[in-house]
Amino acid sequence: MLDATPKEIKVRSSGGLINPAKTCQPIGAMYAALGIHKCLPHSHGSQGCCSYHRMHLTRHFRDPIMASTSSFTEGSSVFGGAANLKTAIKNVFTIYNPDIIAVHTTCLTETIGDDLPTIIKSAEIPEGKLVIHANTPSYQGSHITGFSNMVKGAISYLAESTMPVKKDQVNIIPGFVNPGDMREIKRIAKIMGAKFILFPDTTGVVDSPMTGKFEMYPKGGTTIAEIKDTGNSKLTLALGRFASSDGAELLEKKCKVPALALKTPIGVKATDEFVMALRRFAVREVPYELEEERGQLVDIMTDTHFHFHGKKVALFGDPDILTGLTEFVLSLGMVPVHILTGTPGGAIGSGMGSFEEDIQEMLTNAGVTANVKGNGDLFTLHQWIKNDPVDLLIGTTYGKYIARAEDIPFVRVGFPVLDRSVHSYFPIVGYRGAMRLIEMISNALLDRQDRDAADEDFELVM
Amino acid sequence: MDTAQAIKERELFIATKGKQKTSLKCDADSIAGCVSQRACVYCGARVVLNPITDAVHLVHGPIGCASYTWDIRGSLSSGSELYRNSFSTDLKEHDVIFGGEPKLKRAIDELVEKYQPKLIFVYSTCIVGVIGDDLEAVCKQAAAKYNIEVIPVQSSGFIGNKSAGYRAACDAIMRVVTPRKRLSRKVNSLNYLGDFNLAGEAWIIRSYLEEVGIDVNAVFTGDSSYDTLKQATAASLNIIQCAGSMNYLAKKLQEEYSIPYIQVSFLGLEDTAISLRRIAEFFGDAEIIAKTEALIERELASTRPVIDRYKGMFSGKKAAVYVGGGFKAISLIKQFREIGIDVVMVGTQTGRPEEYDTIHDLADEGTVILDDANPSELERFMTQQGAHLLVGGVKERPLAYKLGIAFIDHNHDRKHPLSGFVGAINFAKEVHSTLCSPVWDYMYDFGGDLNGTIAKV
Ligand code: SF4
Ligand code: SF4
Repeated sequence: MLDATPKEIKVRSSGGLINPAKTCQPIGAMYAALGIHKCLPHSHGSQGCCSYHRMHLTRHFRDPIMASTSSFTEGSSVFGGAANLKTAIKNVFTIYNPDIIAVHTTCLTETIGDDLPTIIKSAEIPEGKLVIHANTPSYQGSHITGFSNMVKGAISYLAESTMPVKKDQVNIIPGFVNPGDMREIKRIAKIMGAKFILFPDTTGVVDSPMTGKFEMYPKGGTTIAEIKDTGNSKLTLALGRFASSDGAELLEKKCKVPALALKTPIGVKATDEFVMALRRFAVREVPYELEEERGQLVDIMTDTHFHFHGKKVALFGDPDILTGLTEFVLSLGMVPVHILTGTPGGAIGSGMGSFEEDIQEMLTNAGVTANVKGNGDLFTLHQWIKNDPVDLLIGTTYGKYIARAEDIPFVRVGFPVLDRSVHSYFPIVGYRGAMRLIEMISNALLDRQDRDAADEDFELVM
Repeated sequence: MDTAQAIKERELFIATKGKQKTSLKCDADSIAGCVSQRACVYCGARVVLNPITDAVHLVHGPIGCASYTWDIRGSLSSGSELYRNSFSTDLKEHDVIFGGEPKLKRAIDELVEKYQPKLIFVYSTCIVGVIGDDLEAVCKQAAAKYNIEVIPVQSSGFIGNKSAGYRAACDAIMRVVTPRKRLSRKVNSLNYLGDFNLAGEAWIIRSYLEEVGIDVNAVFTGDSSYDTLKQATAASLNIIQCAGSMNYLAKKLQEEYSIPYIQVSFLGLEDTAISLRRIAEFFGDAEIIAKTEALIERELASTRPVIDRYKGMFSGKKAAVYVGGGFKAISLIKQFREIGIDVVMVGTQTGRPEEYDTIHDLADEGTVILDDANPSELERFMTQQGAHLLVGGVKERPLAYKLGIAFIDHNHDRKHPLSGFVGAINFAKEVHSTLCSPVWDYMYDFGGDLNGTIAKV
């Protein structure tokens, strides 16, 4: 049996983790950097980390993930990595010729204290090319923090306010979501008639089409010119506080672009808020096309609500996704009883509030009591479920051990999903994304009901 | 000038058979700034030790190194599943500044209480190497406190590449196998080194050997446990399948316990038969030899026709190989020959000079041989050499697909056992299922064929 979790809950004070629900900052930074057009992410550290990050992203997206590494040796870790990074920058531009290199650190280079801005300043950078960086110590925060830090890094290097009056355009920071979600966010913004810059934008990079050629730099990604231009926008919408707020706040500080923090638009309410924010900005009625989609979603919710009502659900994954999901499952009449993220609430150096408080507030309003935890691990989640069983588990691939041990239906959402394909192409955000979530959830529940039904209860129409 | 120079540096790592017998540069550090497909010391150590099923594998470091290695290797277990959990000390800023030893101690205490393991491996990661935690001392203390084995694995990522990790793992294994009191030698008993029981491969080889009357004493490390490893020094022979990771261990076992070793390979019909014969000869027992011949004859009779049928379907197809170790590359060249496919490009991440020599001798004229390749080089040579199929690992898969090239995972992600006679059939089946899939027929751009590597119907 793949179940090594005892039911009895004892306080664990060591601070060690068993079966983590997060991973380290650099991979988030790498993912964000892939959302810049013709950018090569560069991992300043030993080659192992870079290899792991690429492998993990490759398994999730099933696309080639390119990134270079400083390839640390023992010497560099004693004498510092300045020489490695300078050589690396030179080699990367000559061999791989990107427009921009986005350097992130690793626990190693953070610990030995390499001073990236100074090293970059003294590096040989060809005319017209750029090098940016983000500090991503893996002993703080999580992959979400790393994503946020790289977004901030790009903004602090590139964004500039060059016009006396702001342009009629809105910046959208989508958060650590799949390209399928980013496409949906763009589609909605387009329908709303908003001129927008989505950054980062990994569509067309990690879901690039088959062409018979290997493209080191596929067509997608936010261009450098667009990132520069974010400083001239009228507004920034930060979707998801943990992954996007810091970048938006920096734009506000640096370029006086007002920031509006919203939830990742999962479910009716959060999508409404996103659409309304765009409406206010674009001063335009919501087009029928979107109204129709919303109406369809609500129609589906009413058609199926009896499948969901009172069902107990456990959720885990990244904080921004969980906030949206919690609100959404509540709207379906489900009862989220365990909600856990591995990302520490209010990551160091940011002004973010606590994940636990956010979620608790939603639950209190809905009259639900639940176990909620930031900085947790799946061992804890499993123990909770053993003590208070659920009807459904929603989370990343790593939930499959729990789902199997406890024999509960399982819906895969979030990062990473390593054992199913196509998931990154379709959204969970927007009205369409909500429809897809409902389909996934109800299929999981009804398949289970069919499987378990006695002959006499086995029904054709459900 | 820069371009030329940077590329020239890489050129030393690439050779073409037939042009000149240059010795390939390998076993060197990757160039800074390369998109290297290589992994780190920790990775090497972890993949070797991870299949020890009832051990707690505790990663001392920040969360990443532990997250990425959580249950990634498809090593099967017939007993404990403890190794499939992920344990990390999750070092935080505070620990980095003040040292991680106290946290490590607490984590060990907690894990011992929860799981009562007999064996704990504590892996050091890059950061631990820098902050200078004394792993050895902490482990020693914990071992004494609980009367179990707590073994530090010196695997800070920056001290070398994957091969250094293999060595670190073997050093750790040597500590486990050291018997409390000297064991008496078992007759007709061997240890099987370098099989990680991916998709149950070690089980297949074990069944062959048991059939001919040879006892498989311990496997390093597929489906092994603390108790089986503790018996390891009782065997009278070591056979090594994956040389990359296990040569070092075999040498040590020979030095310290005078157990001789021989190199084997169970990839492909030919190598499997040769290896079984060599093992039987070693023991020199007439009955074992007779039974071995009978087994080989029986298996070949049933597998040859199948392999030959596939061979007919593959004529004219060319393969590229890019794998971790040199030894596997050698076996693959031979195995591809068996099914009628020419290998036109061979590369490894960490092949050793002797292995590259063998590859060079074995390869056809014009075959490109390269060490520590980056994706653009793989692309360049696969296209240039007209490869239809790539054998590689996780990161190479989507690269091949994007080029319209079929792919086989010969690494952690393999789904079927590829060892032994049955493995040879599985291998041919896998080659067929990817090479002859109809999906390649859709690789055209509203009419024209995009790269023409795969003949369309
Ligand atoms: S290089 Fe170091 S930090 Fe990176 S994965 Fe390997 S051990 Fe961990
Ligand atoms: S935790 Fe550090 S060493 Fe490990 S993978 Fe992440 S960055 Fe690399």
